[in-house]
Amino acid sequence: MRLTVKLFAYFRDHRFSLAEEEYPPGTTVGDIVDGLGIDREEVGVLMRNSRHCDFSLIPEDGDVLAIFPVIGGG
Amino acid sequence: MADSIFRVNMSTLSCTVEDVPAAWAGHGGRGLTSTIIAAEVEPTCHPLGEKNKLVLAPGLLSGTVAASSGRLSIGAKSPLTGTIKESNAGGTAAQLLARTGCKALIIEGLPKEDRWYRLLVSQQGVKIEEESELVGKGNFAVVEAHGQRYPGKIGLITIGPAGEMKMAGANISVKDPDGSVRSSGRGGLGAVMGAKRVKFISIDPGDGKVAIAEPEKFKEANRAFSKALVDHPVSQALGQYGTNILINIINESGGLPTKNFTSGQFAGHEKISGETMYDTIVQRQGKPKHNCHPGCVIQCSQVYTDTAGKKITSGFEYESIWAMGADCCVDNLDHIAEADRLMDDIGIDTIETSVAMGVAMEAGVLPFGDGTGVCRILKEEVGNGTPLGRIIGNGAGSVGRAFGVTRVPVVKNQAIPAYDPRAIKGIGITYATSTQGADHTMGYTIATNILKVGGSVDPLTKEGQVELSRNLQIATAAIDSTGMCLFIAFAALDNQECLPALIDLINARYGISLTGDDVVNLGKYILKTERAFNTAAGFTAVDDRLPEFFYSEPLAPHNVVFDFTGEEIDTFWNF
Repeated sequence: MRLTVKLFAYFRDHRFSLAEEEYPPGTTVGDIVDGLGIDREEVGVLMRNSRHCDFSLIPEDGDVLAIFPVIGGG
Repeated sequence: MADSIFRVNMSTLSCTVEDVPAAWAGHGGRGLTSTIIAAEVEPTCHPLGEKNKLVLAPGLLSGTVAASSGRLSIGAKSPLTGTIKESNAGGTAAQLLARTGCKALIIEGLPKEDRWYRLLVSQQGVKIEEESELVGKGNFAVVEAHGQRYPGKIGLITIGPAGEMKMAGANISVKDPDGSVRSSGRGGLGAVMGAKRVKFISIDPGDGKVAIAEPEKFKEANRAFSKALVDHPVSQALGQYGTNILINIINESGGLPTKNFTSGQFAGHEKISGETMYDTIVQRQGKPKHNCHPGCVIQCSQVYTDTAGKKITSGFEYESIWAMGADCCVDNLDHIAEADRLMDDIGIDTIETSVAMGVAMEAGVLPFGDGTGVCRILKEEVGNGTPLGRIIGNGAGSVGRAFGVTRVPVVKNQAIPAYDPRAIKGIGITYATSTQGADHTMGYTIATNILKVGGSVDPLTKEGQVELSRNLQIATAAIDSTGMCLFIAFAALDNQECLPALIDLINARYGISLTGDDVVNLGKYILKTERAFNTAAGFTAVDDRLPEFFYSEPLAPHNVVFDFTGEEIDTFWNF
């Protein structure tokens, strides 16, 4: 399956902002995070197609996955 | 020294130093400004008239070395909303005012003559002197001239031309340690100060110090409190990227109000994001990290420079960048920075004025995306008080009425900030029920709806939103009384040691023994006191509603409307 993966804040350092990647069917969001070398402890928010999701979700072909560290503001 | 109430009467041009009434003794910051206004201001009075009072109060911990405790609360009846109002800001004034022994500065009455004044606050009280040189000047000129006139670490609270012209969007600015300004932005408090004909307030505490009842306990509590703040990852991210880190995540969630609240995502989001801002500041050798008051360990502020390395603005916040950016479709960060600087100088709220600009764009006054047009209107029209400038300077509601626009994002006539209540429903409850008009800081459900701090409540469903907003509004009212920056709440929501350490700090400062329940009850008392004022001023449950278009115009990309009934919203007050 082909996914668009977006990274934010310091997760972009030495990686990318946006990439289209091919993943084997059944790959979970957690697998994708691990594959990027991102510590799950540092992940604050995950969104699939602008909806919050968790590590266990299995995305579908064409989905957009956004991975954020713990951030705040306001 | 014992704390006192400093009372300035502008009708008689006199000042008294009074003992603190027993009923006010346990209060500080917002709890104190709202208590005083509820006790002394007629709720039906005209906000710009003789009967309104401007009350300035440092927080319970201001003037101590407690980390991030430098917020100053300013309150009055608001000329923008007609409700009670408290707006707080950083800068150095809260700490210096506390060190003069001033628990609250009350400015009442109106001068009879057509003259302007300055107030000089010291341990002895307040001297009222006539001011002419700085009348009509922008905030940055006032900061510079004040620094030359009163050298050393002297505090400054000032209004710009917008306050002098009594615009309902006018703010009150507070000097920061580097000669920039922070603002009590919301609700037009600058117009109240302008109506009282006070151009600026200068604060010189001399050798004044805040007494600590139990110094050892205080030191210990501050160590635990600072550690909780510094260790929290949100504090670290705020230090690096500032609050503007939110542009991309709110855009991704579909809740970034765009083109005067007609879409939830902005195509130019990346260009105005916190990530781009950080890279730009580093590339131009500006300062990505900066503190708005001494002793802040979070340091979310920054100095944004132009390509030549010259400072354009500082304290460049997410809400300002969203309002001028996504809401007005301006995708040029330099134009937004210039607009931010102009608004700081004119002394006008960046949220209210930029949302007003978005409504003006919808009305056809200027095209969406016209960043240079925005800057021109700010400088030539708002700054000079032309008829168009006054229409915009009086806020988003004023522009809507003047031009016949129906999509006007306000609650109780105050502009809705950077989170669309259709896609982030908890914040819609806060906007509707806040005692002060639409204000995200009154109960920041974004933490839990979007950022997953302090638990998780789905932003797109109705379940749990009223309770979330209620709990946060109660907690916020209490935090706003301490002088603490609201950003301590991220650590307080997640770290079990943070809130107890904060309570220990207050107890050690005053030699008292507050509990967690006392703090919750303080928050409830403040909300109820403020609501009672509004009820007496003529507000009813029907005012606790969002504008019609939020119920009828679906917001992309989720295609959702705000779907709480009036009865559901009203359950907020069941406590």
